[in-house]
Amino acid sequence: MLNRKEIIETIDMVEKEHFDVRTITMGISLIPCIRDTAEETAKLCYDRICKKAEKIVKVASELENEYGIPIINKRVSITPASLLTSSFCGKEVVLAKALDRAAKTVGVDFLGGYSALVQKGMTSYEKSFIESIPEALAVTDRMCSSVNVGSSKAGINMDAVRLMGEIIKQTAERTKDRDGFGCAKLVVFCNAVEDNPFMAGAFHGLSEGETVINVGVSGPGVVHHALKSVKGASVDEVAEVIKKTAFKITRAGQLIAKEASKRLNAEFGIVDLSLAPTPVMGDSVAHILEEIGLDCVGGHGTTAALAMLNDAVKKGGVMASGSVGGLSGAFIPVSEDIGMIRAAEKGAITLSKLEAMTCVCSVGIDMVAVPGDTSASTISGMIADESAIGMINNKTTAVRVIPVPGKGVGESVEFGGLLGSAPIMAVSPYGCSEFIARGGRMPAPIHSNKN
Amino acid sequence: MKAIVTVIGKDKPGIIAKVSAVLADNLVNIEDISQTIMQGNFTMIMQCGLEKAKLKISELKEVLLKVGEQIGVSIHVQHEDIFNAMHKI
Repeated sequence: MLNRKEIIETIDMVEKEHFDVRTITMGISLIPCIRDTAEETAKLCYDRICKKAEKIVKVASELENEYGIPIINKRVSITPASLLTSSFCGKEVVLAKALDRAAKTVGVDFLGGYSALVQKGMTSYEKSFIESIPEALAVTDRMCSSVNVGSSKAGINMDAVRLMGEIIKQTAERTKDRDGFGCAKLVVFCNAVEDNPFMAGAFHGLSEGETVINVGVSGPGVVHHALKSVKGASVDEVAEVIKKTAFKITRAGQLIAKEASKRLNAEFGIVDLSLAPTPVMGDSVAHILEEIGLDCVGGHGTTAALAMLNDAVKKGGVMASGSVGGLSGAFIPVSEDIGMIRAAEKGAITLSKLEAMTCVCSVGIDMVAVPGDTSASTISGMIADESAIGMINNKTTAVRVIPVPGKGVGESVEFGGLLGSAPIMAVSPYGCSEFIARGGRMPAPIHSNKN
Repeated sequence: MKAIVTVIGKDKPGIIAKVSAVLADNLVNIEDISQTIMQGNFTMIMQCGLEKAKLKISELKEVLLKVGEQIGVSIHVQHEDIFNAMHKI
């Protein structure tokens, strides 16, 4: 029979430490739905999503019941939509609305993939698509959008970086009645991954199979709890505890992922080893770092502690899953982590420190509210900085900032639910408009030439 | 299929009787059982075979949840595989 302590440990993880499977995301290829007109394409996409993902919510609920592990989100990711809309430029929003309707029909929380990959060049239809994003996000509820503007192999498309600064500003403006909420569903990437199950950046890459299940596990609370048993121990012992805990969490994710793919008649893709926080108490990545010994996240030592945490989670997780992918790193979204919110409120964490932290973890300047009068070129500057970190270090980086219309430093914004709330953080008063106006392409680093 | 039924709560007479009666009524076979006091709580863990059971695991969970509420203990029913996955290499 199973060990009694292990059984109780699993039950405690769920009941007291917020252990859950954060998301089951079904990736669906929509390539077969491409037609000449927006209406035809939208209808076929709607039908295909509804057919493929028909049972995702039901199966997730069955698995939750059988295994006793909560499954928080059910999501769908699709082929980057810019590839579906090339023949009907200017009417992309027709597709956006159909995607949103499909998400609501199948009952998923979010649908990701209103995306474009323009890291090297941008076609006219991709430019038209990107320009449709502000309206698309304003008229939909559950659809998420992402744009990849750089990669270690291609360099950084500075024209796209410039454009995305403007798109983020327009998206905030189009959703100003909701404090710029549209921007919470829009992420700009460098080195975007094709099998990411997390939002807002999930899309179903072209190299993926027809229908794929990717699972994101979580458990900041479990790691935090486990670390309470090693107070005062050396850092290598701390790393060891994190590793063992990550192993257990990931094994649960692997089991759920396998079983979900079987029942949904889809391929098992990957388990994403990210530690994803939520705004509730006891589910915070920041609090793990504080348990390791920081007075407050954002102070000196934060980057080092985070680097160790991130690495230990991967080492434990890799052995636990047959296929690891997605973003796989600790997330540091400000509004979605109660510890980060508190640190931002008292000024302990700043955009500069967040940028440093993104060098050693996943994923970037995430869910950060900035003053509404922040210029488009300053936002482009943030995107360029994050992209450079990603490009040079061969990692995924991203920017998801919300320039909250009409609000400034000292005020805060409430998005509700998993998206949480955020104090508005100060940006540098020094601009970079001339740099951003240059456009062009930043060449890929020398170490991208490996052949 | 095997399920692990875990009963946690304040000790009192009749917990085992009540829970095992429900299992027997539904043709759920108790294959192993252990009980102890952990963290000050009565803790009973049963490994059950559901091969001939009248209920699916999710239905059994519902039934036992109600029994737990009646007698003031918390009862979990989970597929055995989750524990094997998390704690065995």
